[in-house]
Amino acid sequence: MDLSYSPEELAFQEEIRTFLQNDLPKDIAEKVRLDRDLTKDDMERWHAILNARGWLAQNWPAAYGGAEWSAVQRHIYDTEAAAAHAPRIVPFGFSMLGPVLQKFGSKEQQDHWLPRMLDGTDWWCQGYSEPGAGSDLASLKTKAVRDGDHYIVNGQKTWTTLGQFANMIFCLVRTDPDAKQQEGISFLLIDMDTPGVEVRPIILLDGCHEVNEVWFTDVKVPVENLVGEENKGWTYAKYLLTHERTGLGGVGSSEAGLKAVKRIAKAANHNGKPLLENPHFAARVAQVEIDLRAMATTNLRIISKAAAGEAPGLEASMLKVKGSILRQEINDLARRAVGPHAMPFASEAIEGANDRIPDPFDAGPVAGQYFNNRKLSIFGGSNEIQRGIIAKVTMSGGA
Amino acid sequence: MDFNLTEERQMLQDTLRRYLREQYGTERRNQILESDTGFSPDIWAELAELGVLGALFTEDQGGFGGAGFDIAVVFEELGRAGVVEPVLDSALIGGRLLAAAGKADMVEQVIGGALHLAVAHGEPDSRYDLDHVNTTASDGKLTGRKAVVMNAEAADHLIVSAKDGDTIALYLVDKGAAGLDIQGYPLLAGGRAAEVTLDNTPGTALGLGLSDFEAVNRLAIVAQCAEALGAMDTATALTKDYLMTRKQFGRPIGTFQALAHRMSDLLTEMEQARSAVINAAGYVADRDADLHLSASKNLMGRIGRLVAEEAIQMHGGIAMTQEYELAHIAKRIIMADHRFGDTDYHLERFIALSAA
Repeated sequence: MDLSYSPEELAFQEEIRTFLQNDLPKDIAEKVRLDRDLTKDDMERWHAILNARGWLAQNWPAAYGGAEWSAVQRHIYDTEAAAAHAPRIVPFGFSMLGPVLQKFGSKEQQDHWLPRMLDGTDWWCQGYSEPGAGSDLASLKTKAVRDGDHYIVNGQKTWTTLGQFANMIFCLVRTDPDAKQQEGISFLLIDMDTPGVEVRPIILLDGCHEVNEVWFTDVKVPVENLVGEENKGWTYAKYLLTHERTGLGGVGSSEAGLKAVKRIAKAANHNGKPLLENPHFAARVAQVEIDLRAMATTNLRIISKAAAGEAPGLEASMLKVKGSILRQEINDLARRAVGPHAMPFASEAIEGANDRIPDPFDAGPVAGQYFNNRKLSIFGGSNEIQRGIIAKVTMSGGA
Repeated sequence: MDFNLTEERQMLQDTLRRYLREQYGTERRNQILESDTGFSPDIWAELAELGVLGALFTEDQGGFGGAGFDIAVVFEELGRAGVVEPVLDSALIGGRLLAAAGKADMVEQVIGGALHLAVAHGEPDSRYDLDHVNTTASDGKLTGRKAVVMNAEAADHLIVSAKDGDTIALYLVDKGAAGLDIQGYPLLAGGRAAEVTLDNTPGTALGLGLSDFEAVNRLAIVAQCAEALGAMDTATALTKDYLMTRKQFGRPIGTFQALAHRMSDLLTEMEQARSAVINAAGYVADRDADLHLSASKNLMGRIGRLVAEEAIQMHGGIAMTQEYELAHIAKRIIMADHRFGDTDYHLERFIALSAA
């Protein structure tokens, strides 16, 4: 047992810190700190800076232009990036589709799509969920029918994150309506400029536009955009879901969030004293901090296992459940800390509106974030689904 | 012991519930939410006509109710429909302060829906403390800053608290008075508020002090608890319906025990919440009113959070969308905890009052 980083890892941490200090644009970091919406340009600018350093596709093998970082290195980056208020790397290409193409895609697909992810030519989004297929993803109905050199796609996807910025979408589609649910699904790459693709915004309860509906009406997709074999898409989707499961706990985000809560509670007056000195509030903050310290170590234990080549299975589900609960608790503390100042509605949707919103603690829209982050326990397999997986794996011997 | 509403209150509840069900659906409310004023003058006039505003005042004050249970009945229905019109701030707090000051003419106008008020008490660092006032009054001129003042832009008059020497007193300030600056903005859960700055602004003393303000604040706590209860009832009903209709894995999701048990817990907690509101309304004029009110506000804050979060979680993604009814209702529930003292504030006050 040794809880400390090796000299190499410490040097790596220092390198990341220096890079973030020098190369992370201040205007972007400030937006992240105050939970403001990032523009497409902000995100592309950050991607380009990382790519110039060779650090954009952190988990890819060097042969594909990746950084080939270990799980521990990735953890170090995630922690430092969250502390420095760097934007999250948009995961759909780099963490999700990239590894699938590297494992199951053809040489042509790899040569064509992977470099375009790195240089920003393509912005990918994910077409999995449907209105009737959420937790029960395998019941999806969007269908693709083979017609000569093309598939004809009809149906609707939903909760498509940042679909408004994307030009490409990877989709799960039903190619065999007669097969058992999981067996008739294929993995298809679709150009969103194709006639018949329509993106409709979904406005979330905090006023943000980050997810969309994507509709397909007789969309022609060339057969060379099929990944792997027809009707094997579920296998690839599951690989995608289990491949990139580290960082799920959001430890870095939680640590940054807790720091913000303490800063706000130090500035907030409660009966003539800082709120952070109030025993009741301080106790609640301390409980979260105690949980978080243990979770940081749990996270590292799982990362070590992954680094040793073991695929994290139910531990990933545990991290997601515990991590989302902690992050939501921190959001709750933040909205409580600002007191009555939680009520104003700060919105990117209203031009110039944020300039008029009083923000005495320089806290950003903490109440909006409290509501927005209810998604953490819903998306990517809800906490109920994760608990089901944990129970199934531990009590019936297999998922 | 009788837990039934009186005939008059039952009629008021039925009338208001029917009216809001017919006139205040999600679509209408979303139009109101997006309007520049943040509330509908038509709805306001109709609420006055239905006697909803009059029910907040005693007969002596020109109304026909005014007791804890009258207030609770009105606000539970407003909460059930997610009403964003400023009944609580303009009519109840503003109107009852004017009534306490003996301004019978103005109260009559409030009850008739013709007069709008705003109460400017909280300051940027006062949090939930009622006695934290830095705005000063000198020779009838007020100077200071007031934060998150509800309905300030629409108000004909502001009721402003200020310190004259060591004493907190309330003043009536006309809209458009010299040195009065109002910077408005929308609120997360609907309606509008403003940052108000007073710079040697003339005000007329109302002859009211902190204890008068505290008395009206007790009524406001009853109203806020009842409003949250109505909203929580809607959230619970929407969730129950959704669990019985939404199918995944070939069956209604409410048939999964993990969700069924949580729904059962919500329904149980809702009974506790209803009792808390009855306690608040029943004891608001009691000698121990503050202890009862703190108990109720604390419990409503706790159960409110549980209901809002569980309702969203059990719905899943759909509850995250602005156009679904629950989104607005959940925001009303949570934001109720940011007014008149939150869960923690009232826990501490309960501890202090119990020990006394």
